Amino acid sequence: MQHSREALIQAYRQMKTIRVFEERLHDEIALGEIAGFTHLYAGQEACAVGVCEHLGPKDYIISTHRGHGHCIAKGCDVVGMMKEIYGSSDGLCKGKSGSMHIADINKGMLGANGIVGAGAPIAVGAGITAKSNGTVSIAFSGDGACNQGTTFEAMNMAVVLKLPVIFVFENNHYSEHTGESYAVGAESMTVRSAAFGMKAIKANGIDFFSVYDAMRELIEYCKAGNGPASIELDTERFYGHFEGDPQRYRGKGELDRLREERDCLKVFRTKVTEAKLLEGADIDAIDAEVEALIDRAVAESKAAPRPTADHVLEDVYISY
Amino acid sequence: MARQMIRDVIRDTIDAEMARDENVIMLGEDIVGGMGSPGGPEAIGGIWGTSGGLWAKYGSDRVIDTPISESAIIGAAAGASLTGKRAIAEIMFADFIGVCMDQIWNQVAKFRYMFGGKSKCPIVIRMPYGAGYNAAPQHSQSIHAMVTAMPGLKVVMPTTAADVKGLLTTAIRDDDPVIFLEHKALYGVKGEVPDGEYLIPFGHARQVTQGDDVTILATGMMVGFAEKAAAQLAQDGIGCDLLDLRTTSPLDEEAIMDSVERTGRLLIVDEAPPRCSFATDLSALVANKAFASLKAPIEMVTGPHSPVPFARELESAYVPSPDKIVAAAVKAMSYRRG
Repeated sequence: MQHSREALIQAYRQMKTIRVFEERLHDEIALGEIAGFTHLYAGQEACAVGVCEHLGPKDYIISTHRGHGHCIAKGCDVVGMMKEIYGSSDGLCKGKSGSMHIADINKGMLGANGIVGAGAPIAVGAGITAKSNGTVSIAFSGDGACNQGTTFEAMNMAVVLKLPVIFVFENNHYSEHTGESYAVGAESMTVRSAAFGMKAIKANGIDFFSVYDAMRELIEYCKAGNGPASIELDTERFYGHFEGDPQRYRGKGELDRLREERDCLKVFRTKVTEAKLLEGADIDAIDAEVEALIDRAVAESKAAPRPTADHVLEDVYISY
Repeated sequence: MARQMIRDVIRDTIDAEMARDENVIMLGEDIVGGMGSPGGPEAIGGIWGTSGGLWAKYGSDRVIDTPISESAIIGAAAGASLTGKRAIAEIMFADFIGVCMDQIWNQVAKFRYMFGGKSKCPIVIRMPYGAGYNAAPQHSQSIHAMVTAMPGLKVVMPTTAADVKGLLTTAIRDDDPVIFLEHKALYGVKGEVPDGEYLIPFGHARQVTQGDDVTILATGMMVGFAEKAAAQLAQDGIGCDLLDLRTTSPLDEEAIMDSVERTGRLLIVDEAPPRCSFATDLSALVANKAFASLKAPIEMVTGPHSPVPFARELESAYVPSPDKIVAAAVKAMSYRRG
């Protein structure tokens, strides 16, 4: 664990921002403030941040329907994201994407994606660019997308073309409402990835340091021209597949236990305070700062301009 | 001016654009051909002969021979295009669009709009299409209607060697996704090709023949058939105003309306089946916008509502022919109200 104080504060701030962003969305959605489908990332913060803390704007990521965490970790503007989810014309994507398609190409964030498994092939293409730039391309997928043929095609093509692509499988143990043990036929995503001919490892997806250290190794490996790699992160989601999901597939007391025993923010706090790398007060200060940021994001989103009917045809390049 | 086969025009146009812009890349199955085989790379040069020599000139980082993985081909072209490349993806037969439809329809076509206008996706998806090779139901279809129906795609259907050069150059330099449909039966056709840089803007029809009696709209292979029909009709004193639409999206509505308002009769020739098709779309457009000009019902010569059959006799019966076009024009001319 060799991290500067600044790096630790940055990592925690990112994870906490994702958490508060998502918790706040959960509340706002319950109040009927937000339209459409929203899939919350809370619980998986160590994955997005453990990966993205290694990346610069010329490294690319492609995300999933559960994409807010990846966007924040890759540096997308949090207020712009909140405005987007509220459907404002001032949102990051002018109210055209909503929760499921937020992108910021200049930040190397190639989009959340409403189609499960669609991201991996696109990450292969970003890998073609990354190879010419000396950067890397990351395909975030879950234990649902890992069963899509597109993911298989992408993994094989990345191996064949020897591209610097890292397939990050965040295993939160549920593909929508179905348990991983039912839907993933292979012993693990790691075993399956290895069978495609790539380096494949596992890390603890509720421990930022485990993810971060494993990713350092994989990024060095890929940038050295060894081709793609895969990492399976054992993690948890604290909410349903979508907001409104009654989660009848969960075991009794499961969510309380996950919050108690497998919360990546608690794990981080315990580790850094016990190792005396940060004080509890440092963390409390970040918490307060993040709460204020999200309060501001929500307040600005509620006051932000709404799109009008003439915006429907904006950014359509052929008009009839 | 040089006289060239269309397949060579395609290769030379891609070559010129790759030489001009180092961000232009190509991806597809067997576009190099022979990779990993005793025959070695370039054993094929693309099964249509449209990429021979390009790998030797530009190397594996720019001429990317892929496994048979259409979704990954389009996805990779999309990801590369979002991040600064200009990708030309080849889908070996347009019929294989079903395998990669999500990447075309939900990804490539929607990026710019969905991301609030902040992304570019300069990708050309080349797809050989059409009947004429007795290639049976899964290798013979004309799929332009479905891609024309999708907001976010531009659709090009060139007919002549010159238009292939002008429209393909425009497609490669376009910042938005272009579906470039190449009729398989036209690859070996020769035509005059302008020298040097040559671009044709999208959305401009080509006037093939001029006449005052009936407007004929056609694309791709059907243009040549309609031209034959028009020559025969001219002998009978029927003047055909034949337009090769060249791009189905954007569409040159102005040229269509100008012609129909002049002739008062419309005949549409379309190789695809008749329902929810490009022909019915054009028909609805004209019925809506130029109804008062029409002197006769709009005629359509299309394929039947069936898959494209294999046997020579069956395929010939499927595809619109010059004779059928002549008969439809005569029918339109002989229509009398009441």
